[in-house]
Formats: sequence, C-alpha cells, structure tokens
Amino acid sequence: MNIFLILEQTLNGLQFGVMLFLMAAGLTLVFGIMNLVNLAHGSLYMVGAYLATTFAQWTGSFLLALVLALAGSLVVGIVVELVALRTLYERDHLDQVLATFGLILFFNELIAILWGRSALYTTLPTWLSGHVALLPGIRYPVYRALVILVGLVVAGLLWVVVTRTRLGMLIRAGASNRTMVAALGVNVRLLYTVVFGSGAALAGLAGLMAGPIYAVQPGMGEQILIQVFVVIVIGGIGSIRGALVGAVIVGMVDTLGRAFLKPMLSTVLSAPAADTAGPAIASMLIYLLMAAVLAFRPQGLFPVTGAER
Amino acid sequence: MRTTSLALVIGLLVALAAGPAAAAETVKIGFITSLSGPAGIIGKHMKDSVELALDHLGRKVGGLETEVIYGDDQRKPDVGKQLADEMLKKHRVHFVSGVIWSNVMLAVAPTVTQAGTLMIGTNAGPHELAGKMCHELYFTTSWQNDQTPEAMGKYMQDQGLTDVYAMAPNYAAGKDMISGFKRYFKGRIVDEVYTKLGQQDYQAEISQLRAKSPKAVFVFYPGDMGIQFVKQYAQAGLRDQIPLYSVYTVDEVTLPALKETALGQWETRYWSPDLKNEPNVKYIADFRKKFGYTPSFYGAQSYDGIMLIDSAIRAVKGDLSNKKGMVAAMRKADFKSTRGRFTYNVNHHPIQNFYLLKAVKGAGGEVEMQVQKAVFENHKDAYHKDCGMRW
Amino acid sequence: MTSRARPLVLGLGLVALAAVPPVGGLLNQPFYVDLVRRVMIFAIAALSLDLILGYGGMVSFGHAAYLGIGAYAVGILAHHGIHNGVLQWSLAIAASMAVALVIGAVSIRTSGVYFIMITLAFTQMLYYLGISIEEYGGDDGMRLAVRSQFPGPLDLQNGTVFYYVVLAILLLFLVLAHRLIAARFGMVIRAARSNEARTRAIGFSPYRYKLMAFTLAGAMCGLAGALLVNHTEYLTPEFMHWTRSGEIMFMVILGGMGTLVGPVLGAFAFLLLENLLSGWTAHWQIIFGPLLILVVLYAKRGLFGLLPGGGPRDG
Repeated sequence: MNIFLILEQTLNGLQFGVMLFLMAAGLTLVFGIMNLVNLAHGSLYMVGAYLATTFAQWTGSFLLALVLALAGSLVVGIVVELVALRTLYERDHLDQVLATFGLILFFNELIAILWGRSALYTTLPTWLSGHVALLPGIRYPVYRALVILVGLVVAGLLWVVVTRTRLGMLIRAGASNRTMVAALGVNVRLLYTVVFGSGAALAGLAGLMAGPIYAVQPGMGEQILIQVFVVIVIGGIGSIRGALVGAVIVGMVDTLGRAFLKPMLSTVLSAPAADTAGPAIASMLIYLLMAAVLAFRPQGLFPVTGAER
Repeated sequence: MRTTSLALVIGLLVALAAGPAAAAETVKIGFITSLSGPAGIIGKHMKDSVELALDHLGRKVGGLETEVIYGDDQRKPDVGKQLADEMLKKHRVHFVSGVIWSNVMLAVAPTVTQAGTLMIGTNAGPHELAGKMCHELYFTTSWQNDQTPEAMGKYMQDQGLTDVYAMAPNYAAGKDMISGFKRYFKGRIVDEVYTKLGQQDYQAEISQLRAKSPKAVFVFYPGDMGIQFVKQYAQAGLRDQIPLYSVYTVDEVTLPALKETALGQWETRYWSPDLKNEPNVKYIADFRKKFGYTPSFYGAQSYDGIMLIDSAIRAVKGDLSNKKGMVAAMRKADFKSTRGRFTYNVNHHPIQNFYLLKAVKGAGGEVEMQVQKAVFENHKDAYHKDCGMRW
Repeated sequence: MTSRARPLVLGLGLVALAAVPPVGGLLNQPFYVDLVRRVMIFAIAALSLDLILGYGGMVSFGHAAYLGIGAYAVGILAHHGIHNGVLQWSLAIAASMAVALVIGAVSIRTSGVYFIMITLAFTQMLYYLGISIEEYGGDDGMRLAVRSQFPGPLDLQNGTVFYYVVLAILLLFLVLAHRLIAARFGMVIRAARSNEARTRAIGFSPYRYKLMAFTLAGAMCGLAGALLVNHTEYLTPEFMHWTRSGEIMFMVILGGMGTLVGPVLGAFAFLLLENLLSGWTAHWQIIFGPLLILVVLYAKRGLFGLLPGGGPRDG
C-alpha cells in the first residue's frame, strides 16, 4: 500500500463527503429551523440533476445549464414548500416522514412520466474531462477536483452567512428557539420559505454536480438520501458544522472502508474469508458508525442546544 | 338454512358459468415483469416487444383470440409470487411468461409449474432452474446466467490475456458471473472485487484498480450501476489505458445514457440488434417504427417467448388442454427466433451461439453494439447435467 | 347506539374474514384466499408496529427487520433440513426477540428523529448482511421447498388450513394486545408516550417498559415473518428493505394508529389498493403518493375513525 494511493483515496473520501455535505446542509437547516423531517430532499437532488441535464441539451452550455438548474431547483423547492410541506411543520415527525415518503413516490413517478424511465445521457464539457496533477504522482480527474472545490466554497459561504449576517442570526435563533423568534416579530413564514428554498437549491446543486458522474434516472435521490440522513444524525441535527464534520467522516469511512478493508482483513483472515467479510462489512460500515455514535452521544456529535428534539 | 342453500345455488351457477368460459377458444397469457420503479425501463422493453409480437401474429397467438394480462412485480419476489397466484387462480391463464429477476423467477416458476401451467421465462436464468429444479413445464427463451460470462472468459482466454481485474456487485448473481467467467478463463486474476449492491460511486475502487495496473478489466454491472461504473471508468482516463470487458453492463437499455462513453466496450451476448437473420431484421425495423427506440435483448427474448407459445398452440391445433403436446412442440423450438435457429437442451434452456460485441459508432453516427465474431457455437449451459429430465 | 354499533361492525368483519375460504371456494376464486391471507400477515406486522408506534410513541422506521429475521429463521432451518414448524416458529420468535432487544437497548436511549434514524440504520445493516450471506442465497434469497410442518391436521400445504392458522394468530394477537394495553404495562407505555418525565416521577422507569414493548413487538413481527415466508415460499433480504418498513408504517397510519383494529384495516386498504392500482396503470405510484399525503394531512384518525363509534384512541 503506497502513500500516493492512500492520499488519492483520502481525496476520494473528501469528494464524496463534500457531495454529502451539500445535501446534508439543506436537510439539517430545514430540520433545525422548521423541525421538519423531509424524506423528499432526495427528490430535489433528482430534480437538480434532471434540470441540469435537460438545460445542457437545450442550451448547449454547461455553465448556463448550471445556473438555470440551480434557479429551477430553488423554484421547485419553494413551490413544494408552499403547496405541500407548509402544513406539516406543526405535525409530528411521523406524519412528516409519511407525507414526504408520499412525495418521493409522486416525484419519481412524475419524472418517469415526463422524461421516461431510461437513464438520461449526461456528459462533461471537454475542459472538465481531463486530469490534473495535484501532487507529483497523483493525477486526479478535473471534475472531481472541481466538486471538492465547489463543496468547500459553499461550506465557507454558508459559514459566513450563518455566523456573520442577519439572516444567519435568524437561522441560528430559529434553530434554538422558534417560538421566541416568531414572538420577536420576525416574519417566520418568509424565513421558512427562504431556508427551504436555499436547502432545495443546495440539494439541486448536489444533484446537478452528480449528473455527469452518476446515472440520472427516477429514484436516484433515495440512493443517496439514506446516507445523508446518516450524516446529519451523526453530526447532530440542525447543526451546519455537524453536517460538515459528519459528511466528511461518513465520506472518509465509506471510501476508505471500501478501498482498504479487504486488504487489511486479508492480513488476518484467510483470502476467501476476507473476500466475503470485506465487502459485507464495508457496506454496513456507516450504519455501524452511526449506531456507535448514537449509543454514546444520543444527540449526535454537535447537538444544537435548546432545539426541540 | 334457506340462505345457505341459496348461496350454494348461486355459487354453483357461477361455477358453471365460469367453467365453459375458461375452456372457450381464448388463450390467456400472464406476463410478469417490473413496470414501476427504476427497473421499469426493462419492463417497458419487454412489454413493447410482447405487443409487437402480438401485432405480427395479427393479435392471435396460435390462431386463437388472445388476452395478455400484464403484472408489475415491483422487483419483489413476494409480489411476483402473488401475481403468479393471481394469474393462475383469478385469470386462469394458460401460460405465464416474462420475469426479469432470478429471485422473482425462483418464487414464480415453481408456483406456476406446480399448478400444472406452462411457464415461459424470458429473461432470468438462475442455475437452480437449469439444474436440479428443472421442470417439464418450464422453458426459457433467454439463457442460463453463467453462459454469457463463460463466453467472455473463453474469448479473453483465447486472446491470451492475463492479469485481469474482476469486479461485480456483492450479491449472488455477481458471484455467479465471476465464477462463470473463471470456468473458461485460466489466466492470472490480479484481484476480485465485490462492491455494494446499488453502489453509485466507484472512484475508490477505480483508484485501487489503477494501482494494481492490470492488463484488462472484466466487470458485471447491470442497469444503473453499469452506467455509473462505465462513466466513471472513462472519466478516470482508463478507457485508453486498460480495455474494459463486461457482461450485461452495456446494452440497448443503458447505451442511450452512455453514448460515446461506451465506445470501445467489449461485451458477449447471444443476440444483438445487428444480427442479420430475417425475423430479427423484421423485429428491429418494426420495433423502431412503432416505438421509436432500439430494443434490447430483454425485448428480443420476450418477443421470442410469444412466438414460442404461438408455435406450441399451432402444433396442438389450438387444444390448450393438450399440455403434453405443447411441451413436445416447444422442445423443437420450431419458430422464427430473433437469434436465428437454436435447439433446446434437456433442461429446456437454449443451446445457442454467443457473440463478441463491441460498442462502435454506427452508420447513423449513433453508438451501437455490433457483432464482431462468434465466441461459442451451440453452447450448452453447465448445469444441464444436474437436470433429471430426459426426452 | 354507537357503542353498540362498533362491536357489531367488528363482529361482521370477523365473520367476513372467516367466510373468505368457503365463499372463495364457492365462487371458484381461490386467489382471494391467498390475497387475504397475505393481507392478514401484514396486518399482524402492522399490529405489532402499532403497539410501539401508536401506543408507545416510538416511531420505528425499521420494523421490516423482524419480518426478515422471522423469515430467515424459518428459511435457514429448512435449508438445513429441519421442517418442524414448532422449532421453526419458536426460533423465529426467539431470534427476532433477541435482535429487537439489542436494537431497542441502543435505540430507546435516543428520541425523536434520532430514534427514527437509528432504527432505520440497524435495519439497513441487517439488509446488507442478508445480501452478503452467500450460504443463504445472498440477494437472490432462498426458496422454501416445504412449508413448516405441524403435527395432526395443521397442514399448511393446504391453503385453507393455512388461512385459518393466520386468522387465528391474528385474533390471538388482537386479544393479547387488547389485554396488554389495558394492563399496568400498557398504562406505563401510554403514560410514557404522553409525558415521559412525569412517568418517571411517579416511579416507573420508562426505559425498561419501552424496551419490553419494543422487544415484544419485534417478536410478534418475527412470527409474521415466519408466516410470510410460508406464504411466499420464498425469502429474500428484500423483506427488510427500508421501503418495506415505510409501507408497514403507512398501514398503521392509514388504518388509525393507537387502535387495535386500525392496523388491520390499514393493511387491507393498503394492499388491496396497491393490487388494484398496479393492475390498472404502471404509473400507479403517482396516485398512491399524493393519497398517502392526503391521508396524513386530513384523515389523521385513519379508516378506524370512519367506523361507527371509532372515536379517538382507546383500547
């Protein structure tokens, strides 16, 4: 096992973690402020990917498609908030889980009707499909490097917004005591819509970045959704910092587990046993991690104090 | 007391009314496939092909009025089993056909055959049904799972390739594919890697792969896993460095999502849209005209399934109660198959050719799979020896 | 009036259930016996979930795990040539009980959405475990060649006998759950649901009682799993997929949670609707999804609330 390989796998883990973070940020904000468990967050990710792919075909420009898809996800997010989710804020988690589960079915089927069930064709512009030498010995795909960069920039921006702006102040206040924020005369409705819309746009961003790498097809959102929930639960629900830390941990654990668990096991076990146990444990690893974290810290790594569960 | 006898009378009347209706000259075929969810696209290829076959037969299979009842198994074995019961006991079908997934088939096929009804599988080829669990009422128009990777193993062996890196999802079919491959490939295998079922990102595995610098890569990644793996393999810049050989990974279902990304991909298969036999040319042309896309092997097999049923009913002159006669007729495989002529092995699995295919730019500029050469001629599956049936 | 109407409706429902096999036989439609049997099996699973969800307020999003464990217990014994039903079903109950105890012990320490997610996580682990075990079929699953064998006239191979066995177990569980809810145990569970701190203050440890309820529900659902594998004659890790947990949960809500008859009604409505819609269009989920949302939003008390006398939560 050489050092370059370990470094490269660490980058892969970071890239996956960053992708998870973009999804997790929106989900955790919506949960922290509106107290809403939104299973349909994955659907917004799917919408982002579909819009970006379709706009790219129409306009022929990757960047223009990005902007349009981002705007589109924002709009879809706001519409969903206004039409379906608004009534759910005061309900218990159970209702929210079920109603948004219903939304998932609806969105998947709607996409299947509008675009068909086949996966869409996606491609990268040539300027993004090459490789860069990040370090001597590590040639990394440009696009994946870009994903890492975008993710870190977004994380930085979010940090600035949350800690340095008035909106961020309201968000933080809302996460720790919603009733009080409302009592202080803040337009809570508007705040909710803004937060949900931004969360949707972030999910859309994750989706449109995932488009060229993954299969763009109905149901693509659920494949990543569960992992995102693992992230925010590990991080502590409602905490952006928790989402970032959780995402990077999950990304790393999953990637490094897939890459190195089998070779490591084969040093202590027989080859066939390692062949069987390695992949099995690797696929369960993040769930084990989550169970372990919750067993010791039932509120996640960065519990948001004062938030109602 | 009076109500009971009244109910009895009504019941008897209904039973009498239902009896002759079932024996009337209408053939009922239950077609089970996955229509909803991500796998729904495969179901669509199959259903469209069944419809085309019906068109070609003038909507009369075996010359009889025909009713096809479609069922959506949602890719779940228990739903498939319930559908099979519904087909048998409620619709009283004469044939059950379709079924994409091995696990659904293993739940459906015994249910159908135990009820004394003919089961015509048009995709799944689990080894159990080719071997110990073979049944005289069970036929398939597809293949046994292992045959396709065996063909790839044979080809790569013949090429004298060595240092092969093998990858598949970590589930039963994935392991079967690798073991089928190894039955004919005797060169050195650098590593065998099994990934999580339904995994999206393969960058970590691709990094590991590159570090081992193999001479060739063999993978089995069906459906969306294939789309993602092939895309990411190409994006990693490995397409030009290490040739990628695969089975059930790049086909007419996934090609529209891959296009140029698939160029240079090697596959083995028993069928391809460019096979130049008369039924296939007609099937492809009419299918494209009617549905506006190119069908996959899932479709071709389903088309064949209806044609096989047609040949059996004609052989018994429409006497649907003559099961023995129909089985005997099907064993002859006397119909115009889209793969060309083939014969049935003792276990009712086809003895057929397997070809090497390559993803190339076609005449119209679209990327398509084209036959390069035959790898196997009249290839038998490995499990027929375990099947006790003799005829 | 209404208090008398309700037992009447329930009695009629029971008679209707008991009448399915003879009527199905008379009408020459044995399929409906199979269909209703499958529905009743899911009704048992939904009922067991309702014990912890409706009465205990524990939103377990991983209840399908026990369905899978019960099924695997039967399947694994059968795979090794043990077809004795008593052994198979005892193992199904014991194994799901043990797993529920472990999952519960960790999960009940958390609450709210953390509880939802950790129960989900455990079920995901079991799902991937099932996929990875090659000996027992991995993702393909296993065929159950012979249904569980019981002495005497209890021949499950006979569809009608099997039907009545399932019906009897469903009734038994309904009665059992009814007694349990009314007993001290049920009082504590329900008290903990509405106010955990106060329950603790009057000297009960909610954790212990909740864990007992969780384990019991797991065991009940494990038996449902044993029945399901006998019904399907096939088992796969798919029994434990997270969407399956969601479906069972929806059955409870649809029928009316915190009631005993509710989950049974819910299982009927859900599975019959699914059967009907999927036979009608491949895009059935676009109807099913919004329907789910509407029920959650506007029919909070579920179908049970529509029954005469089906008032707010009771025993």
